[in-house]
Amino acid sequence: MPKRTDIHSVMVIGSGPIVIGQAAEFDYSGTQACRVLREEGIRVILVNSNPATIMTDPEMADATYIEPISVPILEKIIAKERPDALLPTLGGQTALNAAMALGEAGVLKKYNVELIGASLDAIDRGEDRELFKKVVDEAGAESARSFIAHSMEEVDAIVKELGYPLVVRPSFTMGGLGSGIAHNEEELHRIAGAGLHYSPTDEVLLEEGIEGWKEFELELMRDRKDNVVVVCPIENVDPVGVHTGDSITVAPCFTLTDREYQKLRDIGIAIIRGVGVDTGGCNIQFAVHPGTGRIIVIEMNPRVSRSSALASKATGFPIAKIATKLALGYTLDEIQNDITQSTPASFEPTIDYVVTKVPRFAFEKFPGAETRLTTSMKSVGEAMALGGNFQESLGKAMRSIDKRHMGFSWDGEKPDAAEVADLLEKIKVPTEHRYQQIQRAIWGGATNEQIFESTKIDPWFIEQLLLIDKTAIAIKEAKTLTPALLKRGKKAGLSDVQIAHLRGLGDEGENTIRELRWTYGLRPVYKTVDTCAAEFDAVTPYYYSCYADESELRPRKREAVIILGSGPNRIGQGIEFDYTCVHAVQELGKDYDTIMVNCNPETVSTDYDMSDRLYFEPLTFEDVLEIYEAEKEMGPVKGVIVQLGGQTPLSLAARLKAAGVPILGTTPESIDLAENRELFGEVLRKEGLNAPRYGTALSLEEAQEAANNIGYPVLVRPSYVLGGRGMEIVYDDAQLKKYVGRALDEAKADMVVSGRLPSPLLIDKFLSDAIEIDVDALFDGEELYIGGIMEHVEEAGVHSGDAACTLPPSTLSDDQIRRLREATLAISRGCNVRGLVNVQYAFMSNTLYVIEANPRASRTVPFASKATGTPLAKAAARIMAGETIADQRANGLLLPHGDGGDVRIGQPVAVKESVLPFKRFRTPVGKTVDILLGPEMRSTGEVMGFDRDFPHAFAKSQLAAYEGGLPTSGNVFISVNDTDKRQLPLMAVRLVELGFKIWATEGTASVLRRYGIESNIVDKITGRVDTDEAKVRHAEGSVGKNVVELIEDGKIDMVLNTPNSRGSRSDGYSIRAAAIAADLPQFTTMTEFSAVLLAIEAVKKQDYQILSIQEHAQQLFALEGVN
Amino acid sequence: MSLNESEPTAVGSYDANSAVLVLEDGQVYVGEPYGATGRTFGEIVFATGMTGYQETLTDPSYDRQIVVQTFPHIGDTGVNHEDPESSRIWVAGYVVRDPSPVVSNWRATGSLDDDLQAQTIVGIADIDTRKLVRHLRSAGVMRAGIFSGDALTDETGKVADIADLLAQVKAQPQMSGSNLGPEVSTKETYTVEPTGDFEGKDPLATVVAVDLGIKAMTPHRLAERGCRVHVVPMTTTFEQIQAMNPDGVFFSNGPGDPGTADDTVALLRAVLDAGYPFFGICFGNQILGRALGFGTYKLKFGHRGINQPVKDLTTGKVEVTAHNHGFAVDAPIGETIVTPYDGGHFGKARVSHIDLNDNVVEGLECLDIPAFSVQYHPEAAAGPHDASYLFDRFVNLMLNTKDSKEGSVNA
Repeated sequence: MPKRTDIHSVMVIGSGPIVIGQAAEFDYSGTQACRVLREEGIRVILVNSNPATIMTDPEMADATYIEPISVPILEKIIAKERPDALLPTLGGQTALNAAMALGEAGVLKKYNVELIGASLDAIDRGEDRELFKKVVDEAGAESARSFIAHSMEEVDAIVKELGYPLVVRPSFTMGGLGSGIAHNEEELHRIAGAGLHYSPTDEVLLEEGIEGWKEFELELMRDRKDNVVVVCPIENVDPVGVHTGDSITVAPCFTLTDREYQKLRDIGIAIIRGVGVDTGGCNIQFAVHPGTGRIIVIEMNPRVSRSSALASKATGFPIAKIATKLALGYTLDEIQNDITQSTPASFEPTIDYVVTKVPRFAFEKFPGAETRLTTSMKSVGEAMALGGNFQESLGKAMRSIDKRHMGFSWDGEKPDAAEVADLLEKIKVPTEHRYQQIQRAIWGGATNEQIFESTKIDPWFIEQLLLIDKTAIAIKEAKTLTPALLKRGKKAGLSDVQIAHLRGLGDEGENTIRELRWTYGLRPVYKTVDTCAAEFDAVTPYYYSCYADESELRPRKREAVIILGSGPNRIGQGIEFDYTCVHAVQELGKDYDTIMVNCNPETVSTDYDMSDRLYFEPLTFEDVLEIYEAEKEMGPVKGVIVQLGGQTPLSLAARLKAAGVPILGTTPESIDLAENRELFGEVLRKEGLNAPRYGTALSLEEAQEAANNIGYPVLVRPSYVLGGRGMEIVYDDAQLKKYVGRALDEAKADMVVSGRLPSPLLIDKFLSDAIEIDVDALFDGEELYIGGIMEHVEEAGVHSGDAACTLPPSTLSDDQIRRLREATLAISRGCNVRGLVNVQYAFMSNTLYVIEANPRASRTVPFASKATGTPLAKAAARIMAGETIADQRANGLLLPHGDGGDVRIGQPVAVKESVLPFKRFRTPVGKTVDILLGPEMRSTGEVMGFDRDFPHAFAKSQLAAYEGGLPTSGNVFISVNDTDKRQLPLMAVRLVELGFKIWATEGTASVLRRYGIESNIVDKITGRVDTDEAKVRHAEGSVGKNVVELIEDGKIDMVLNTPNSRGSRSDGYSIRAAAIAADLPQFTTMTEFSAVLLAIEAVKKQDYQILSIQEHAQQLFALEGVN
Repeated sequence: MSLNESEPTAVGSYDANSAVLVLEDGQVYVGEPYGATGRTFGEIVFATGMTGYQETLTDPSYDRQIVVQTFPHIGDTGVNHEDPESSRIWVAGYVVRDPSPVVSNWRATGSLDDDLQAQTIVGIADIDTRKLVRHLRSAGVMRAGIFSGDALTDETGKVADIADLLAQVKAQPQMSGSNLGPEVSTKETYTVEPTGDFEGKDPLATVVAVDLGIKAMTPHRLAERGCRVHVVPMTTTFEQIQAMNPDGVFFSNGPGDPGTADDTVALLRAVLDAGYPFFGICFGNQILGRALGFGTYKLKFGHRGINQPVKDLTTGKVEVTAHNHGFAVDAPIGETIVTPYDGGHFGKARVSHIDLNDNVVEGLECLDIPAFSVQYHPEAAAGPHDASYLFDRFVNLMLNTKDSKEGSVNA
């Protein structure tokens, strides 16, 4: 049954900003969808608010709207574009929910838009708990016994029936948001309360606890002729109780017989039919009782998901691409398998290697948050590895995580009986560190049965960990490291570094081990991911390494460029870096063979369609060097690009160069000039530029001396970090002492000698009340091209990754822009930049300070590229390969004259806003962690608001980042600190004029009253908690409630709360936590709030402008006089 | 620090503790012994299923074959008493990458390693199975031998050299031309009674299943549809079949070259002539092909997996199916054919199913007599259940034939 002929234009909805539970995988799936649609000659209309995506590149769609994914905006776009169909199954839960909302609002009907990929009914049957339960029943399968509740009273009635433990799952939320396991009444009320709130239908499911059962997932696809394939089974190593996104998972499954697996398959097929997914894919999760085999269907997603991205990368079967073709009417037997180019998509993949996915967490960013893993996803990224066996793939996946202490280690003393007993207790609670604890327990002598008892991890996996331990100990204790033993170590997934540590050689010993390994002729070989276990020849060069006999690499003719990706997503290093890598691949692919190396299954860069060769490998020195050595044998290699994948590849530059690998672009020596504080200070001095006063320290004494010399407040952080990890504003000696103490504790395993840190702390003068600016630029050694100048909306002190910013800068003068341009040129020249550079500046009292420079692609490159219509990373890739900026102006990648730093009349304004994951992180008593923004980056993603002026663009950015956006009327709660009180009256007056009612605490209200502004007085929280109603001291004139109570009652629509001090005891924290829980827009700086006021006013006066970026580009180029 | 100071040994050399796999074209793989030690010979083939090793090992169609598993971990779920497809392991030898040291499954009753040893199946582990499979894919399946333990050394303890091992491999018979049915077929007739919903009830139909290497799941699939199945030795005569008064006749899967099975072909022609509804699977499909006058041929590396896409040319639907065949029927696809045997003796037929990977004939359907067959395994075990409708089709064919017969008697 060939393609439908009645569909000529399709609207695709993306997934919006990267949040926990919905990450880069939807850029991967959306990009595939757009490419397929365009190949099929269909007009593609794309909507996504996330600028850091490949799918929002202008060439991916005919009309690309970087606009908020909200019904009114979507309706405007539909009215303008009049698509024939809407494809909502590739943009995660966000797109699915948006499609549902458009359906319910009657928009689809009004404009006669057909939903393809999944019907509203199918979405409903898949997502609605009760309907889905019926489907499962009819499929002859079982669901966990459960009941639906719409209120806390219903919850209390149900628990009497089911007992504890009880799983709480809110309907229609993504990534398991708001779900959890309750073991007692207190936990139940907390989790169910939050769940009722998060569910857009105020609905939670309570079900019998199946914690500790085995967990499996199937990825299925079905076409309109009812043909079904199972793409891949996935087994969770962590049993039920840990969200699959937070579990270590493997593909395919290892602990089921064929009969048991086929039962899951039969149920899966019956469910996909029952739900009615008839042109697309779905993911179904199962629990299997380890003792009886009883099967329970947990849930299904009638769309492409994170797991389907994983399954696609794990097998080479491109689910999103095929789902799109199915939506267009093709059937599975009509679609060719790209990898073999001889078999059809109805050939179910079978694999002859092992795939392991390991999550990456960011708990260190959220002090105070409960670190227990639950059914609500908390990981921010993941790494996947392929190996010849489970041990090898696990070892590779763990080192792909790129975080210290995350791999197995046999350093230090062997755990004694007491420690083993303690570890066996600890591993009962799943945390980020559980596998390291298990490994130590095994080292200390724990048995398979003991580990199983504590964790319920299947004994098969535990045995594999025991075998890894056995091999490690054999290596540790062997008199000589024989070839056979070394090979055994490599097959067990041990890295050269781990083996060096086992041999007592430390980190430095890695080179010794590698040299020995090479002497023995022990090199990894590269095998092909072919979907068919070698039954047919694979055409697509998608490789993984393992220790075996035969390598499948083929010789090349063209010169190759190796591009190192950024590894697992993490806060501070996310999809933006994948974006820049993909651009390099696209651009350099015209002249070179591009070879991509990355280990993140969520990304576009690891789509085998992107580069000429794809290595799904860890980004460590060992793995990258082996790839280089292997590729050198296959044909000429021009060099390796390290500056596009963020800090991960950058940190390999010096060692790779020392090992003889040519580094393209900025040299490792020049990278050091920018990254090393002393050397960078020297560069600035030579150029006559100011830097905030700073010092470095290796001990508490040195730190205090430096801080006192500089003068408090100071900004303290470790050197060589990304995303401001461990950065803090320190106000006095006592706080400094605490900070250094923590740093010493964390560094313990790195051999702290007599209270001295292994690497220095950087201490900078903290600039108060300064305007912070980010500049992205290109430099070829002669000419500078400013990519974009971005002014932060918040004052300096908020990490640039968390700050909202605007391009063009909203308040900078021409003179200030000139000074920024000159300084950037001086720094680029001083640091010998070739390619991209990002410099962060601050103007304090109109004095320009250089905060830091990064000689690499920055987080803002995609935003600046989209806002200026210029592919900066593509131009950078060419410059790194030796071309000039003049060449790029000539070939059309860059503007023929001028650059992104020029402010033009009529230029639209782009505002970037960040999205923060606070909702996901709760303290052990269930409160959200504090949300105050600071120098440590904590946002997971970003959105872009694009409109005719700053207020409209800012309003859009808020609408894109937070559901509902800014209120245009209602009640505002205000509580500002003393420093901010002077700025308040003007804003309060505007609020009143706009029709808002003000609610304030006594102090704030008193100031307002003196300006003649009326406000409702609310009680302070402190002193009210846990007191008897009769004894409550109400503030004079108070409404008798405190703000938390008002927020919980739904009385407040927006919060302005500028903090006095941090800490969970303060009122501010309780207010912020309550506002987060209630999803209220809240602002913690005055500068941002003034932008809010302007935005509300502007939107009230004049509606948004809806333009595609292609139309924007035309306008921009018209301003430039370019066609 | 004490790294090795001795001379590095070449990876790939072997000693008395190794296991060595030798292919007839001279390729050699050195690994660890797995299962029993000793020597074994057979045609080396690869199977790509990710589950179902126990069913594979006990499938009589693998008689005289050394099976290479592409899935890296084998033995994880041990063995149990429910899953075997026959009473013993049939493979001649077993080649795996990473055998499991433990058994983890609630139904397991023992370990695969123990089972292989008890049934003296010689195996080899820890080799680059992917390299081997890629080689077999391009060179085609061939004879091979696995040597370990005593078979690898002479009386003096000297390790045998490859030339000697290779000579032993080359002395073995080829699969083409092998008539293996008699080795695997049951010696005695046995009956499988209706089961499941039909347990204890009068059978809906009686089937005579000629055992050419039958898998236990096949009569079970019929029994759970209400059939009584008499599984009979392949030496059963047509008269003996008639005497059982069946409603239909079934020919099973089995090992060996269908080109050698002249007696079986003759038996089937008698069955068809008598108008019995007929269903054949795998070897049974090849026998139907020959009975109708088509030829059979050997595939380069066969189909052995549980993920093969087969298209039903009648409905256009695709089913994911289990395969285990090294030979195939040579018949034209996409047309109605006057069957060649005896100038169209059995009327017209057509190819009903094809494999979408390589367009191999996967099913035949007679248009003038009640007979059909498939090359693949609708009984699965191991494998997906997509094609189980074929058993319904057979039962319906028997019931309809029965009705029309009764109808004609009454009329």
